[in-house]
Amino acid sequence: MIRKMREPLAFELSSPGKRAVRMPELDVPEKKNLLGGLPVRKEIDGFPELSEAEVTRHFTRLSQTNYCVDQGLYPLGSCTMKYNPKVNEKIASLPAFSGAHPNAPQDVVQGSLRVLKQTEDLLSEIAGMDAFTLQPAAGAHGELTGMMLIRAAHEDKGNPRKYVLIPDSAHGTNPSSAHTCGYTVKEIKSNANGTIDLEGLAAVMNEDVAALMVTNPNTLGIFESGICRIADIVHSKGGFLYMDGANMNALIGIVRPGDMGVDVLHLNLHKTFSTPHGGGGPGSGPVGVKKALVPYLPVPVIGEKDGKLVLDSGRPKTIGRVRSFYGNFLVIIRAMAYILNLGSEGVREIAETAVLNANYIRKSLEGEFHLKYAVPTLHECVFSDKFQKEFGVSNLDIAKRLIDYGLHPPTMSFPLIVHGALMIEPTETESKRDLDLFIDAMKAIAREAKEDPETLHAAPHDTYVRRLDETAAARNPVLKWEKK
Amino acid sequence: MSYVSLSDKDRKEMLAAIGVSSIDELFGCIPEEVRLKRALDLPGPEPEPALVRHFAGLGGMNTYSNYLSFLGGGAYDHFIPSVVDYLSSKGEFVTPYTPYQPEVSQGTLQAIFEFQTLICQLTGMDIANASLYEGATGAAEAVLMAQRLKKKPKVLVARTLHPEYRSVIRTYIRNLGVRMEEVPYDGKGGLDKDALARMLDAETGAVILQSPNYFGVCEDVRAVADLAHGRQALLAVVVAEALSLGILEAPGKLGADIVTGEAQSFGIPLSFGGPYLGFMACMKDFVRQLPGRIAGQTTDVDGNRGFVLTLATREQHIRREKATSNICTNQALCALRATIFLESLGKDGLRDMAWLNVQKAGYALDALTRVPGVRRKFAGPHFNEFVIELPKPWASVGKALKDKGILAGLGLGESFPELANCGLVCVTDKHVKEDIDRLARSLQEVLR
Repeated sequence: MIRKMREPLAFELSSPGKRAVRMPELDVPEKKNLLGGLPVRKEIDGFPELSEAEVTRHFTRLSQTNYCVDQGLYPLGSCTMKYNPKVNEKIASLPAFSGAHPNAPQDVVQGSLRVLKQTEDLLSEIAGMDAFTLQPAAGAHGELTGMMLIRAAHEDKGNPRKYVLIPDSAHGTNPSSAHTCGYTVKEIKSNANGTIDLEGLAAVMNEDVAALMVTNPNTLGIFESGICRIADIVHSKGGFLYMDGANMNALIGIVRPGDMGVDVLHLNLHKTFSTPHGGGGPGSGPVGVKKALVPYLPVPVIGEKDGKLVLDSGRPKTIGRVRSFYGNFLVIIRAMAYILNLGSEGVREIAETAVLNANYIRKSLEGEFHLKYAVPTLHECVFSDKFQKEFGVSNLDIAKRLIDYGLHPPTMSFPLIVHGALMIEPTETESKRDLDLFIDAMKAIAREAKEDPETLHAAPHDTYVRRLDETAAARNPVLKWEKK
Repeated sequence: MSYVSLSDKDRKEMLAAIGVSSIDELFGCIPEEVRLKRALDLPGPEPEPALVRHFAGLGGMNTYSNYLSFLGGGAYDHFIPSVVDYLSSKGEFVTPYTPYQPEVSQGTLQAIFEFQTLICQLTGMDIANASLYEGATGAAEAVLMAQRLKKKPKVLVARTLHPEYRSVIRTYIRNLGVRMEEVPYDGKGGLDKDALARMLDAETGAVILQSPNYFGVCEDVRAVADLAHGRQALLAVVVAEALSLGILEAPGKLGADIVTGEAQSFGIPLSFGGPYLGFMACMKDFVRQLPGRIAGQTTDVDGNRGFVLTLATREQHIRREKATSNICTNQALCALRATIFLESLGKDGLRDMAWLNVQKAGYALDALTRVPGVRRKFAGPHFNEFVIELPKPWASVGKALKDKGILAGLGLGESFPELANCGLVCVTDKHVKEDIDRLARSLQEVLR
């Protein structure tokens, strides 16, 4: 991963007349003036011109500056950076699937439709929901879709309602998605145990509240043990319980959201179901619902007619489409392959091992790092930099120093209720050796914080680039290359 | 098995270290009454050999590849250079997260920066984001962005915007107090500019125009921009066939304020509709309202150039409900594919590919309209798609051609009831002359 040779931008490597790909000659008679006098563009100034070898070298060199989960532990909390099985890549690249046109007549793409239908069924069983839509392209897109379903159901009863309740520990997309759906967000404070205060919830829950958005286990890794009571409180005033499924890796095979009163949830196939993150997408954020919300699902819905699968858009109460076509199909097929490969025992083993690994890290680092909430946690644990702050060392310093140890840092940007957070989620795929490497590195950093804080402030020391000036990047944005 | 890497011995040691006797104890915080008391009812486990066989079987139920296809309509089958698959399959690109730690993510960040530059070059705009989900949500985000900038209750959307894109806009705005009105098309298949002039008013915040439009007709972007700007409305141009940017003038040079669209054509397989690659570009003044991730250039403590995610104060992890958009991830790996695709084709290759599309579609239009009874529906100039009208309903003719092994195009009757006899035919660089001649011959036989 560590490369010192600077790699220029493709535009800087470019020289006139080169190209990596030559298109065939025109095999039909050429016609003049086909574009009917439309403005045709001149040569694109500065557009790259490279040979194939240059393109290959360029991207190979760039790839060598990335850390990735193929290489080692990637303990980003709430991101579930598990190993991505390679057979799923092979299946997604089968030409029968990757080459299928989304506008093809339905009878010539029955295999693709079968994949979608079966994945809906698998997810429904795993989450305990009555139906799924696979259209949403990512977790936040799933949240927005879920909130739209809730709003449509309320509107159907005559009143869309005004507010959505969200705990202060929630990921930032939750309030943003509720807002994008036209709701006003009311934040509810976590109690001393890091969970939702039931009395506080009961006090704010009323008939103006459309829904509560809950993440369970929450971003602290703590299971909302009052979840059934929470559902009762929300339902008693006619509200819906929305669950952000970002942390389902802790629960699959153990508990089903549908069995604890959840009305709508989204899953992240790129987290729980092992599809690769791709450096930030493509993901997939299917949404599961209980019966009451089925009529509002986005169209098209996959139905069955005369033994064939069909795309059904004739749904009078639908919220409409939330994207073109049917979802991120090649992500969905990877998740399906993953589930079929595991079977029910394998699925349960995910949650069991993820929770074991996280608790092993937690136990090994307790005392070295501050743990704000000393209650049991599941698949992740959230330490803070409180002990290291005494020596002037922040969570950012700790994170950057981990890079010197050849590891990826934990999540630091949230939860907002833990100042200086280090949110660690190892996932089930890590070996004890890799967990121990991480634990040893964290212990060594805790020692360094006391003895040699300067080394931490200056970290990372041995990377392709060192600490970058993010303030300058935002203050004076340079967002593209420009020809000098 | 679940890709776990612990041995029984590891498990025992770890449980002992934690101080519990079983994994089950670790789940003690979950109330007994909500626990699943049975095994999940799932098929499998299927070990890898069985799994591959299973999916090969499902793939066999797809017969699409047996047909000669002229389908387009928002998804385009173009040549993809081998380097795109090869380089974009590298684990170093496929298996990292969003580049929150720039010191170990320069490969992803620099590729995004190059992608943003390429999109700016192609669209003629000042700035571009790191990508959006796909074209339809891109169009919806353009409407929301225009709404933030103009704060007007009405948006005018061309009826020739892809029907699914229109549907997504409708879904997105219905809770936000924005009203959408559709501007009809004229006899040449382009936006009816007289109607637009009538519909534009002081309440209109934006005009949404697709070019080439859903009928494949290239719009007079300049004229529409002038009309919109004359009433202080923004013009967002939607490009659903990004390859057209290889030959047609950049919308940014013709007055567009926002350019958004679908870049699936740039090296992304048809994939039954996803994952695809939305993009969005705009003028510099609007940067704070642009949704999605953005990479920017900076320097490290040693003075070396590097790249970071920037302008995060627009985003939800900082701004929460006040964010410009709820979008969190982009489509980084698809954007990488597009970047490799564009840099491989290069300046000349992209133009050549676009030109092949124009020429082959032109040849096909001539060949098909020589068939008795078949006429060109819209006289407006086209890129690689066009609408033909048949003497009888498209559905029946399409079915007969399908029996001959040809998917001749997309019937328009469902989305445009007045065009029941019409179909949208798409011809790309992947079609050879014989494919087109076969389509024309077969159409003639079917209509006889």
